[in-house]
Amino acid sequence: MTHGLTDAQFLNKVASFLGPYYIVLAVMNGLAALYLWRTGLGRTWLRLPLVGIPVTSAFLCLALGVFYAMLAPAAASGNGAWMPSMPEAWREAINRGTGPVIYSVGTVALLAVLFAFRRFFVQPAVAWIIWNAMLLFLGLSMTDRDFYEIVAKPDNVPIVMLVLLLAFFTWVATYRAVINDERAARGEPPLESLDNDKVLVWPDLVYIELICMIGLTAFLIFWAIALPAPLEEPASSVKTPNPSKAPWYFLGLQEMLVYFDPWMAGVVLPSLIVVGLMAIPYIDFNKAGNGYYTINQRKFAYLVFQFGFLEMWITLIVLGTLLRGPNWNFFGPYEYWDAHKVEALNNVNLSQYFWQGLLGRSLPTAPSGSSFGTQLSYILLREAPGILLTLGYFIALPPIMAITVFRRYFQRMGLIRFMLMANLLLFMASLPIKMVLRWVFNLKYIIAIPEYFLNF
Amino acid sequence: MPLGDTIRESQIWKSIFRHPMPVDRRNRIVVMLTNFFLHLHPVSIRKQGIALSYTWCMGGVTFFLFLVETVTGVLLMFYYRPTVEWAYTDIQALRDVTSLGILREIHRWGAHAMVITVWLHMYRVFLTGSYKPPREFNWVIGVILLLLTLLLSFTGYLLPWDQLAVWAITVGSNMARATPVLGHEGPLQQLLSVGGVDMITNASDARFALLGAREVGEETLNRFYILHCIAIPLGVSLLLAIHFWRVRKDGGISGPL
Repeated sequence: MTHGLTDAQFLNKVASFLGPYYIVLAVMNGLAALYLWRTGLGRTWLRLPLVGIPVTSAFLCLALGVFYAMLAPAAASGNGAWMPSMPEAWREAINRGTGPVIYSVGTVALLAVLFAFRRFFVQPAVAWIIWNAMLLFLGLSMTDRDFYEIVAKPDNVPIVMLVLLLAFFTWVATYRAVINDERAARGEPPLESLDNDKVLVWPDLVYIELICMIGLTAFLIFWAIALPAPLEEPASSVKTPNPSKAPWYFLGLQEMLVYFDPWMAGVVLPSLIVVGLMAIPYIDFNKAGNGYYTINQRKFAYLVFQFGFLEMWITLIVLGTLLRGPNWNFFGPYEYWDAHKVEALNNVNLSQYFWQGLLGRSLPTAPSGSSFGTQLSYILLREAPGILLTLGYFIALPPIMAITVFRRYFQRMGLIRFMLMANLLLFMASLPIKMVLRWVFNLKYIIAIPEYFLNF
Repeated sequence: MPLGDTIRESQIWKSIFRHPMPVDRRNRIVVMLTNFFLHLHPVSIRKQGIALSYTWCMGGVTFFLFLVETVTGVLLMFYYRPTVEWAYTDIQALRDVTSLGILREIHRWGAHAMVITVWLHMYRVFLTGSYKPPREFNWVIGVILLLLTLLLSFTGYLLPWDQLAVWAITVGSNMARATPVLGHEGPLQQLLSVGGVDMITNASDARFALLGAREVGEETLNRFYILHCIAIPLGVSLLLAIHFWRVRKDGGISGPL
């Protein structure tokens, strides 16, 4: 996309985006300051000594807006020395510090911290700082050519929007859930039952709908004019692009191919995602939390869904789209997508660990020319450890769950519903388990029967 | 009489709109009951049920995007020819020479936006527990609609017939090759062999059914075009109608009991 551009031409191209970008950020903070000032919301953080001017939230927003307004002309200059950028040392550190393991474990840890301290993070002042930090990070990183190359690729732009929208809406939902949970602790009804007056749909709802439609149309037209839709070279069946990627919304599935064979990553697990989603209302017997935001009243359902959606769907898509380059190797956000980057792949099957590592023998192999039955027996013998482990996982574990950690659930749900839930949970957990086994033991397959394309 | 009143008093106007202008309380109720496009709505609604901080408006936005996609899609169909010979050049011409070629940009970005908004809609419905009784089945319909949205986007992805399109569909549909039992490289596909003859080959498996050929080619383009323009939108339209109807029948927009 920026191929054939000199560095100066590239910076000019970015500058034409970054100038308006920082102005938008300045206006955003200015409007926030105006809102805080007019409504009297926010608080006084401290009083400046000597002059005695109170430093309020509105004042800080205004200061932030002025800061962005000063960045705007520098960023629009197109001069590398002036444009605000991420320091080279930081970029190096981020590149070196990231990898599939750090990324996956890091996002889980981040979400866990956000969840555990949600009462701190949902405070508007804190959320506003995080929001600004995210946008500033994006702006500062755009001057990096490799970063720009992946983020500004037309088909990747929706993912940037998705991440920002999800951050915003997750904040909205958590903010309200925290308030509702505090209210519930005091014995008060949720926010949603406060204003229970009925209003007429004309005009109160139809006007909202009309404004939404007009706004959305304007936004789409603006987007269509500002950013041409992707159109690459004409299709050629001989020129395989590297990397070859599915559409972005399926890249979580493609990322699973690192850990599973296509029949699992591309067929079984996606089907189970759909089945599992449909089964949610029939599994979740908890009557609380119907029609209002809450976390405490449905913590288990909340955590399972958030782990599945935010961690195993969204962050895998972000990983697959933005950080997976040629040969599906991992590349840091500021790293050049070098097609010749070689990563040692030295993965071992469980059967090899068992027969060769543990027992010090060779893998059981049927004598050549033996009958079908003999061959099958040898395969089953060879893979016995993995098969037993897998059967134990899917068959023995649910009853154990039912009489231990999930005893209360089992009593409420009955056998069939509980078994459905247990198996869906186990399938869902199979991905992180497989990831950890790969990272720690270089484990390739638990069951490896390439003779029948049955690798698990 | 002012011109506006003359028009509104005319026989033509009255024959089209079955209600007077909704300027007073009575007629604001009448308009909701007698206008086809408005009768999807209830007459009155709880204030919290329409608060943007509660609903995020994402279901409505998704439906509106579906309408945008339908209108721009129909207009694009007048121009675009789904053949290997013409597909790419038609899209290229839409970008470079055709007036209103921007319709293609709107269609493409609208499709991406629709995928995002339908996820956000599901996210909101989950976080407010709105799938709980009596709305369980409407959630199921919603999941199918979400899946169909992804398939609409996936089938449309192929139509520009550029490198991005063909290889994305190749990568995506390669998965079908590994379908258990029904894919020719899937586990247990040997089960379906009769007298030593494989029933499941690369010319009869799940991937072949999807592509209409062994590789992504002319037949695939045709197949995806029809799925994209006719088959899936018909299914979506039917399910949308049921989805909306069930929202009303299951007690309107969710809220605390």
